[in-house]
Amino acid sequence: MFGWEFPPFNSGGLGVACEGLSKALASSGVDLTFVLPFKVPVSVPWCKFIFADESSDLMDDIQIRSLFAAYQSHSNSLDARKYGLPASISGDLIERVRSYASKAGKIAKKNNHSVIHAHDWLTYPAGIVAKKASGKPLIAHIHATEFDRSGSDSVNTDVYNIELEGFRQADAIVAVSDRIKETVVKKYGVLPNKVKVIHNGVDFQKSNGNIPKTLDEIKSNGGRIVLFAGRITLQKGPDYFVAMAEKVLAYEPNTFFVVSGSGDMEEAMIRMAASRGLSSKFIFCGFLRGEELATVFKAADIYVMPSVSEPFGILPLEVMISDTPVLISKESGVSEVVNCVLKSHFWDIDDMSDKVLSVLHYRKLKKHLSINGREEVKAIHWKKAAQSLISLYNSLDNAFSMFLFSGSPAFESAKVQDF
Amino acid sequence: MRVRKYRIFDVGQNNSYFNDESGTSLDNKAIIEKVSRKCYLPANAVLLENIKNNPEFKASFSISGIALEQFEKHAPEVIDSFKSLVDTGNVELLSETYYHSLASIYSEEEFINQVALHRKKIKDLFGITPSVFRNSELIYSNEIAKMAEKMGYKGILAEGADHILGWRSPAFVYKPAGTENIKLLLKHYRLSDDIAFRFSEKSWAEWPLTAEKFANWIASHNGNGHTINLFMDYETFGEHQWEDTGIFEFLKYLPGEILKNPDNNFITPSEAIDRYEAEGELDIPDYVSWADTERDLSAWISNDLQKEALETLYALGKEIIHIDDPQLLEDWRRLQTSDHFYYMCTKWWNDGDVHKYFSPYESPYEAFIAYMNVMQDMRLRLSNAQKKQEHGVSLHKVRPLRFSEV
Repeated sequence: MFGWEFPPFNSGGLGVACEGLSKALASSGVDLTFVLPFKVPVSVPWCKFIFADESSDLMDDIQIRSLFAAYQSHSNSLDARKYGLPASISGDLIERVRSYASKAGKIAKKNNHSVIHAHDWLTYPAGIVAKKASGKPLIAHIHATEFDRSGSDSVNTDVYNIELEGFRQADAIVAVSDRIKETVVKKYGVLPNKVKVIHNGVDFQKSNGNIPKTLDEIKSNGGRIVLFAGRITLQKGPDYFVAMAEKVLAYEPNTFFVVSGSGDMEEAMIRMAASRGLSSKFIFCGFLRGEELATVFKAADIYVMPSVSEPFGILPLEVMISDTPVLISKESGVSEVVNCVLKSHFWDIDDMSDKVLSVLHYRKLKKHLSINGREEVKAIHWKKAAQSLISLYNSLDNAFSMFLFSGSPAFESAKVQDF
Repeated sequence: MRVRKYRIFDVGQNNSYFNDESGTSLDNKAIIEKVSRKCYLPANAVLLENIKNNPEFKASFSISGIALEQFEKHAPEVIDSFKSLVDTGNVELLSETYYHSLASIYSEEEFINQVALHRKKIKDLFGITPSVFRNSELIYSNEIAKMAEKMGYKGILAEGADHILGWRSPAFVYKPAGTENIKLLLKHYRLSDDIAFRFSEKSWAEWPLTAEKFANWIASHNGNGHTINLFMDYETFGEHQWEDTGIFEFLKYLPGEILKNPDNNFITPSEAIDRYEAEGELDIPDYVSWADTERDLSAWISNDLQKEALETLYALGKEIIHIDDPQLLEDWRRLQTSDHFYYMCTKWWNDGDVHKYFSPYESPYEAFIAYMNVMQDMRLRLSNAQKKQEHGVSLHKVRPLRFSEV
């Protein structure tokens, strides 16, 4: 499996998805090797890691995040060079992607495998090279397309071409939502029957941590908390969130809007809130992860995800585990899999404000969404995604050795082929 | 009457709760026009033709006041076609609550008022006074039978659900427990649902259902019962079962096929009650209805959202009835229609079932939010009206409508 990032060294949902999926696959009996482009101090009990570039020194969190930037459309940052990293990983993003690919052939030959599974365009070139080296089938897993990242039709042609080549060379394509499948069919001319939709899942882990002190004070003073979490970028709709906040505050002045995350629109968002005179009602808490983030989920009265474009969106599922109601945009992939949530169009400020206020006003609605949302999300487990993937693996011609019982003739012959 | 997307910003700003004009499934005018065209007009035409061809054919309707009101407003030709049917003398009209409400469960006083309003409406429009009662959604219990008896009805309808009948047959007339002067007719749900639900179901072993086949099923009960009470949503004809399923043809040929057997005939509910003695007493302490597989109240009153909405509604009512504000009172009553709560049902919400199919809202939550926002506005109007009254503006106390006066 070729990935680009892995928690805790991740910039967003791609790493989270890789972690959840690899864990569920492993627990379903798949023997998995996870390849990452750069050496990071990561280890998990369920799979083995290989780093394409063994030479680099370990990096800190900030470096990693700016370096991996899995969701950035174009690589305009030369941050990597600034940190004095080796040339092979310091060039622009496309160079790093090429460099990753150049190591993939050797890795494929050295490590026995039956299927090559590549996550997003950053790893497609590596996947293609690996396929050439071992002759094993390639699966291109789409977590987001260039159209989702750029938020428009003017896309980076280099990236588009890499994606296109990946889809062509792949034996099968996995899309994380119906909407992504639609994009791939429409914008890349891929045949629909080559694309299988496998929705992401979520790990059911409830936080036991205490609510952060500031938020606890707000709550004990009768204040309400509306949460925004995720990268603060155009696609996530931070501007719509601020507009919604203004409407909500007109009716419910004792409401606080907590923003967790960072991104290129962070400053713009702060300015937007300020220019509307809402600064005292906004709390920007920066990029949070893990337990810290989970306690913020728990503190919130409602989480709002007004994403303009969201290929999937795992965060709402994680919030639902914390018994917190969510309002998600109808434009998100995750809205295809959940019902016990509120949904609005990202642009429909009135509808969003109305729904947020309803959750703040009508206690029964909040309680109903909390309880039923948590129950619903329990069924959206990574195991389900893993099962679909395994049946996809098994459907590929020359991939069966991995998933048959040992001792069967097919298993033996498949094994012989490997040498 | 469906509540439009009434937002919190509308509270205190405008009192129009039902005036969606989007042409979508929340637009009451558009819905009435659609169902009139697809169902009421063509189905009534078939029935009128049936009566002409078979003077023995009979039918009976239970039409809520709110439905009649909307037909008068948006499709008056439907009222005319019902009048033509009633004028044949072969069609009986039943009583129900004016607003197709759940008042029988929440407030006896309001229930009686609404039945009286409905009686008046039927009298005004059709010149007759019904003698048989059927409650909204066939909701029934011993208590409801007692209330109907108190109001002078000689008969009442209920769902012939298995769990209330046990070994007994729905093909007889019964006496409700604790009553003396009222009889109970039970819907034969298997035969009714064969038409209402299964008619166009191609995976059903009996598909396609012909009038001849159905008439044979009816005849097979001869010697084993007195009446087969077929009772269904009228929108079965043309709306739930579309014209292209052959439902109108079925309706057209059914009377002739049934009457081919000389042992068969058609009677109306009041004729059945006059003709047959009660075969026994049925004791039904718990509510039974015709909805869902549970045949209970869970379609309207099972989750917290529905309970909250209903409790808010009837709590408001306790004060509204003491205020002289006819518009407020009428809006409160329109908000009692059982459908408002049906749309908030979350039973099977995840499985996307019949509730989803029948709901004009995208989710039960949208239905709840719009409704509760309306409740906020109602409360505001109520307190304004109360203030006005306190300030000594000369207001005469509204006299409750007595049932005996209509």
